[in-house]
Amino acid sequence: MVSGPGEGHYAKPGLATEEESFDFVVVGSGPAGMAAASEAMRRGLSTLLLDEQPAAGGQIYRGIEAAADKPAHFARLGADYQHGRALATRLRDSGAVLRYGAFVWEITKDRRLTVSREGRSTLVHAGQILLATGALERPVPIPGWTLPGVMTAGAAQILLKTAGQVPAGRAVLAGSGPLLYLLAAQLIEAGAPPVILVETQPADNWMRALPHLPRALRNPALLKKGLGLLKTIRGAGVSRFAGATDLEALAGEDGRVRALSFMRRGRRVEVECDLLLLHEGVIPNMNLALALGCASRWSDTRLAFEPETDEWFQSSVEGVAIAGDGAGIEGAQAAEQQGRIAALGAAMRLGRITRAEAEAEAVPPREALAGWRGARPFLEALYRPADGQRIPSRADVIVCRCEEVTVADIRDAVATGALGPNQAKAFTRCGMGPCQGRMCGPTVTALIGQIRGVPPEEVGYYRLRPPLKPIPLAEIAAMAVASGGERQDAIRDRLPGGG
Amino acid sequence: MFRRLPDAAAGPLVPVTIDGQGVMVPEGESAAAAALAAGMVPTRTTPVSGAPRAPWCMMGVCFECLMEIDGEPNMQGCMVPVRAGMVIRRQEGARRLPAMPGTSHEAAGASLGAASGAPAAAPANPQG
Repeated sequence: MVSGPGEGHYAKPGLATEEESFDFVVVGSGPAGMAAASEAMRRGLSTLLLDEQPAAGGQIYRGIEAAADKPAHFARLGADYQHGRALATRLRDSGAVLRYGAFVWEITKDRRLTVSREGRSTLVHAGQILLATGALERPVPIPGWTLPGVMTAGAAQILLKTAGQVPAGRAVLAGSGPLLYLLAAQLIEAGAPPVILVETQPADNWMRALPHLPRALRNPALLKKGLGLLKTIRGAGVSRFAGATDLEALAGEDGRVRALSFMRRGRRVEVECDLLLLHEGVIPNMNLALALGCASRWSDTRLAFEPETDEWFQSSVEGVAIAGDGAGIEGAQAAEQQGRIAALGAAMRLGRITRAEAEAEAVPPREALAGWRGARPFLEALYRPADGQRIPSRADVIVCRCEEVTVADIRDAVATGALGPNQAKAFTRCGMGPCQGRMCGPTVTALIGQIRGVPPEEVGYYRLRPPLKPIPLAEIAAMAVASGGERQDAIRDRLPGGG
Repeated sequence: MFRRLPDAAAGPLVPVTIDGQGVMVPEGESAAAAALAAGMVPTRTTPVSGAPRAPWCMMGVCFECLMEIDGEPNMQGCMVPVRAGMVIRRQEGARRLPAMPGTSHEAAGASLGAASGAPAAAPANPQG
């Protein structure tokens, strides 16, 4: 087992070789994680960065270094994407220990991480932890969303970034949010324009967004970029259908998606397609933070649970910070600044820099962060998802894709006494499949809230427990053997019914 | 469902088998991406109702891309880079528990994290 360069600081003699220690452990190598690891190394913290993916970048800069080797491909992906290259280079040069293909499936409050990599699980002790786990796309539970050929817009973008793949047939983009425009423009640049763009944000979103426009205009670059994307889309002759409701993905005889059907101006419209790409914005990927017990609250403007953090992005759990989109959706540029601030906070708590030094060093990133935040309220209001796209009404719509639990099943569960997602889970198996509620959690909370007529914070969210991803028992048992039995108690605690 | 741009391949072409067909695929592309480009859709059927499914998120979150890779069931196709000689197969319904001499199915196949008896663990050692 490779040891970190700074293991001396936290090394615990006598432990098995599977354990190692670092001053600072960062989970996630998107903009927040990359910036934080680089900043921490500058402050002399031994730093380990872990990411589940095979390379640095997160989703926003997915495959950034490999893409940079292909000039035409790199150019097509645009300036915002290209920005990630400098971050990745700085990270590579920082000296931080970088481990990819590494999945953190447990973190304890005393800052011990259990990491699965190449079929082996090992333990890492951290002086400070940063969770930079980013965002995931909000589920879009419309009728037919489980059909083959229905995917997220983000999935198509990942295929473009990492594999240079574009839709082979007629692609329809549907939903709400800037990512749809960006993807449409990128596909146009790649010579694979979508057939149409179907927009679902309610028309009166404009009214609510307008008061936030002056503040957004203080950083006009962002809005100018958006208008540029719309111009590209218009120039390519791709039609935009605004004000669509009641979306349904229709199946063909081959069982794949055949068409998107939706209501517009009182009439039902059907558009044939081979691929339907849905998007209703992104939400924090909080599974690790929630399993650790970090306090969270509901954001009614962003329609998501978000962790509570202080001015250094430290969560309610001492020594554990959460930065980037995982702390609340603010975009890649803001995430980068948050990562720097979080690393300074970690260095301060470790006593490597004084509070005064940390405050002084944090001034530039805080100012930059404030600038990037300016346009968020406008965008959040303008692209706030319609309730109909977020909370399915038709009884047969699948809510939990893994266990195939429907709206009717959830309604039955509430009728028989389920007050929140955890009871609904026990009644219906929703959230019990391998994705561990990542695909159904937001929908189940919203649906139960709607049925009961109570706000999401009262409904709550799934109680999450490690392991955060299915891990073979043999892998956990191997930990016990390798540790000479010393860790048996800790491992027994993880077994169902243990502890 | 997807096609590759000529100037953006993940890596040099290597031979793999997808759904029983020998094809050349850029090395390093994810197995799920390779399956989509090769038209292996659906990539799995569900253990609950046998419904056809294909990748949804491509970022390791949704577990819709579970497939059989080199004989190992329940691999997240979007997380496994393609290598020469890889055999990618559709996963039909519940995964088959590997028969291991001297162990019960429960011991060989049990996993934590998914209470479902259906798709569950990634293999302990994907490369054998």
